[in-house]
Amino acid sequence: MRRIPISALIGLFFTALFFLSAIFADFIAPYGMAEVVSNSIWDPMSREHLLGTDALGRDMLSRMIYGGQTTIYIATMATILSFTLGSILGFSAATLGGWIDQALSRLVDLVMSIPSLILALVVLSVMPVSTTVLILVMGLLDSTRVFRLSRAVAVDITVMDYVEAARLRGEGTRWIVFREILPNALSPLVAELGLRFIFAVLFISTLSFLGLGVQPPLADWGGIVKENKEGLVYGIPAALVPAVAIAALAISVNLVADWVLNRTTSLKGGRGA
Amino acid sequence: MKLVSQRIALGLVLILAISVLIFAGTEILPGDVAQSILGQSATPEALANLREELGLNEPALSRYLDWLFSALQGDLGTALTNGKDIASSIAGRLGNTLFLAFWAAIIAVPLALTLGLVAARYAGRWPDKLISGVTLATISLPEFVVGYIVMYILAVNYRLFPSTSVIYDSMSLWEKLNAIALPVIVLVLVVLAHMMRMTRAAILNVMQSPYIETAELKGLKPAAIIARHAFPNAVAPVVNVVMLNLAYLVVGVVVVEVVFVYPGIGQYLVDHVSKRDVPVVQACGLIFAAVYISLNILADVVSILTNPRLRHPK
Amino acid sequence: MPETLLDIKNLKIEATVYPPGEDPHDITIVEGVSVSLEGGKVLGLIGESGAGKSTIGLSAMAYGRGGVRITGGEVTLNGRDILELGYKGLRGLRGREVTYVAQSAAASFNPAKRLMEQVIEATLKHGLCSRAEAEARAVRLFGKLGLPNPETIGSRYPHQVSGGQLQRVMTAMALCPEPSLVIFDEPTTALDVTTQIDVLAAIKEAIRDTGVAALYITHDLAVVAQVSDHILVLRNGKKVEYGPVKQIIEDPHEDYTRALVSVRSIDHNEKEPAEPVLRVDNVTARYKGTNFDVLSNVTVDVAPGQTLAIVGESGSGKSTLARAITGLLPPSAGRITFADRTLSPDLKSRSRDDLRELQMIYQMADVAMNPRQTVGTIIGRPLEFYFGMRGEEKRKRVQELLDQIEMGTGYIDRYPAELSGGQKQRVCIARALAAKPRLIICDEVTSALDPLVADGILKLLLELQAQEGVAYLFITHDLATVKAIADSIAVMYQGKVVRYGTKTRVLTPPFDDYTDLLLSSVPEMRLGWLEHVIETRKMESAGN
Repeated sequence: MRRIPISALIGLFFTALFFLSAIFADFIAPYGMAEVVSNSIWDPMSREHLLGTDALGRDMLSRMIYGGQTTIYIATMATILSFTLGSILGFSAATLGGWIDQALSRLVDLVMSIPSLILALVVLSVMPVSTTVLILVMGLLDSTRVFRLSRAVAVDITVMDYVEAARLRGEGTRWIVFREILPNALSPLVAELGLRFIFAVLFISTLSFLGLGVQPPLADWGGIVKENKEGLVYGIPAALVPAVAIAALAISVNLVADWVLNRTTSLKGGRGA
Repeated sequence: MKLVSQRIALGLVLILAISVLIFAGTEILPGDVAQSILGQSATPEALANLREELGLNEPALSRYLDWLFSALQGDLGTALTNGKDIASSIAGRLGNTLFLAFWAAIIAVPLALTLGLVAARYAGRWPDKLISGVTLATISLPEFVVGYIVMYILAVNYRLFPSTSVIYDSMSLWEKLNAIALPVIVLVLVVLAHMMRMTRAAILNVMQSPYIETAELKGLKPAAIIARHAFPNAVAPVVNVVMLNLAYLVVGVVVVEVVFVYPGIGQYLVDHVSKRDVPVVQACGLIFAAVYISLNILADVVSILTNPRLRHPK
Repeated sequence: MPETLLDIKNLKIEATVYPPGEDPHDITIVEGVSVSLEGGKVLGLIGESGAGKSTIGLSAMAYGRGGVRITGGEVTLNGRDILELGYKGLRGLRGREVTYVAQSAAASFNPAKRLMEQVIEATLKHGLCSRAEAEARAVRLFGKLGLPNPETIGSRYPHQVSGGQLQRVMTAMALCPEPSLVIFDEPTTALDVTTQIDVLAAIKEAIRDTGVAALYITHDLAVVAQVSDHILVLRNGKKVEYGPVKQIIEDPHEDYTRALVSVRSIDHNEKEPAEPVLRVDNVTARYKGTNFDVLSNVTVDVAPGQTLAIVGESGSGKSTLARAITGLLPPSAGRITFADRTLSPDLKSRSRDDLRELQMIYQMADVAMNPRQTVGTIIGRPLEFYFGMRGEEKRKRVQELLDQIEMGTGYIDRYPAELSGGQKQRVCIARALAAKPRLIICDEVTSALDPLVADGILKLLLELQAQEGVAYLFITHDLATVKAIADSIAVMYQGKVVRYGTKTRVLTPPFDDYTDLLLSSVPEMRLGWLEHVIETRKMESAGN
């Protein structure tokens, strides 16, 4: 067993912390998500309200915990969607080749030729805004990136002599994909998984901030910034609380992804993981 | 030359394809413009009337061609929400947006290239590590968060600049610059990290080439090695980096304008997305896409023009 | 008494390595090497990969690549210890007193500058003469090195000239400042065999005419024997033997040197012709989307238990022939018969027996094995796939195969990354053998290996042939290998078989022009061979 570097350990710890608090939000949040607990707004930090209260007098810590739940849930679902779709299509394009590969690749080129945010805004101008729609839009848009990566990785592997050797032996597609290609493609894909997740967190937060994502009273980190942004001008930093959470989550996942990627590149076809 | 014209032609095809995508994206999805305007509770009669009025009963293809040809002539239609001419609303805002992006680019590009060079020069040592640490931090923050952090520090705590960027024609250049200082700083921070990191990688890639070793073994001075051997080969990748990041700046503008309530095309777009004003969204989407694609084509053209293999074929 | 130009004493070179998952640490690359060189003489540095020969060569410029550092000893050049020179002093030395010719000229030229600019750059920067004089020098050198159009070739860009020519331009670049020492670092290794000989001859002549001293680094003793006055044999960073070239070649003192000298002298008597197991009949093939045939009307046979060697240079179509036989590239015309069955042109419609009885071994064992599978899985898969073996039975058979390739116990659970280059190739051989094939196609199986390791692989292949009666189709560019292993030979040139027959017949004159060129280009381990060849051959190499 290789030693895990300290940065990766920190990353793993905080990533786990965020996910656990999202899963068990109902148990650890001291107040309800939309429960108004104070008559005044933007109360400072106190014993009752560790992070103070927000623009409507709701407990900030509880909002943050429930907000994390929403943000992480949407980002996770979108990542799962983009990953499943992108990697299946990417691997198929690489192994099947021919017109399927051509058609998929050109379509992905087209979608990727403009920024995802712009495309998302165009789509959201006609679609009803709901959690499902957000997950679908983000997942579909982001699957193009996963498609490109997994196709590239798979193409790199399919030209290897060991894949040719398997083909000459008479192996079927299943063996070639699952035994020859996939084990060698896994590590770069796992690292990419982390990056796509971060991207999804930033993306949903941005959409919510613009008022086009998660709709109130449901809490999410981008939305909490939006709800509390007016306070900033009066020197009330409530809007920066979710900012710290977003950054912490993104950096933690990044550290983990970096470690996975480093392990991959240093393996250079080394021992089985 | 042939390659360059091919690339430009490809870009035009791409913009055309994107116009189809944007048009289709607002067409085939559930719900239509009439529904958007009148809301879910509208009576079927009212919907039918409005559809007739808006020409929604025409076949999609003829409406698309109609839209495209008017757009090419500068006619972007009228906004559903206020009936104003979209083109004239956009014109002034587009100018504001370009003004903002221009100043952000003017500061970010030289800064990023310098820092990227520093990071490459001290690769693996503390300046490099510091720079990559800061990079990690900035790419982990969405643009709007960077915006509020900057606003909180510079506008609220230190009161150096106004927290919202109100701008109008009668302001002097200096007043305008003062007004946009914060959004410019945010945009610079947002693109700086990427640009720096990519510059560093491009420079290191060139510096590790065997021909740099050849130059070193000729006993050349470091300055001569960089000027004569590294620089000519680094131009293309670095220009590429710059163009890609300017394209990225275009996206950052959308969010930053909302944060600082800046009257640019980005804020105009976001406003009308929530109002479900489809013609405005289509028009703005097309403009953003066109700018983004053009910058990417420019990057490709520069790398074609600076590639000796393509400039001097066998 | 001639003056000592370069004197290396007790050299020690270390490098810092950064193995993944471990702390960085220092390793010693070269230790205790001493050697000296007189002005105008050529010293050959020879050794296998990892011997430290390039590192020692570059130490004559006090230069270390990557994390390599000279940590001990003295390097005296023209009477002063250059390790004591500061950065500025070294700059005055590099490119002026000592110059360097790299293995890959294609990568070592700046792609954005014209050749002339780069050739005269060092001469000008060191202020040795005027631009006009430097350009005149360069043109003279271009002519001397046999480059076409010496007057105008300097105005070209690196990608506009061929690999062999670029290597000569690099030699001109090294000679232009009129240095007292040139370091040649494997200058001909990346070239085709018929091009190599021309470049080698040009380098030798240029060295003789200019009277410059040289360090000539290579892994090929036969090559270095042609150009050197003295030879230093290295192994694992240490000196094995040093002496005049004649003594090293004709009377080596050390066992290791003796092994290097006698490499590829395997004795193999050709077998009687027999009814073929594989018959390639008038096969023509082309790649999709191209309009010329990479193979045209190729007809060859392989007899059971015998070896047919396919010889040719890069681009001759020899590997394409392998692809046509295995079904990866279905021929556009012609027929392939295997064990009295007509093989379907396309891989997908071949029977399992066709696939099993026709196995393949690749040049790069590294990429021919899945890095995520153990040796046991790699060799066991054909057993499972073709014979349905499982569990203990399979494991036993894998071990038998490992014994057969002389690897013994303890390897079955290892991953390819834990094996040496030669071991990897052996595992690939075992995998092919596991299928109990009638024919194995060997595609350049020894060309990525060091000579002694390659020798071991060839001996193993011959033994296995004797035991199992398997036939080989042996593709190679190396005629010495062919002589060692073949029963019959087909010489390929531009997609056609230009000469074909039993080994004795193909290698006995009279020759056609191409075979003559190819045969004469293989460096031989004797003095004066190069001059003899240049005088007597009939055809110019393709690289010119």
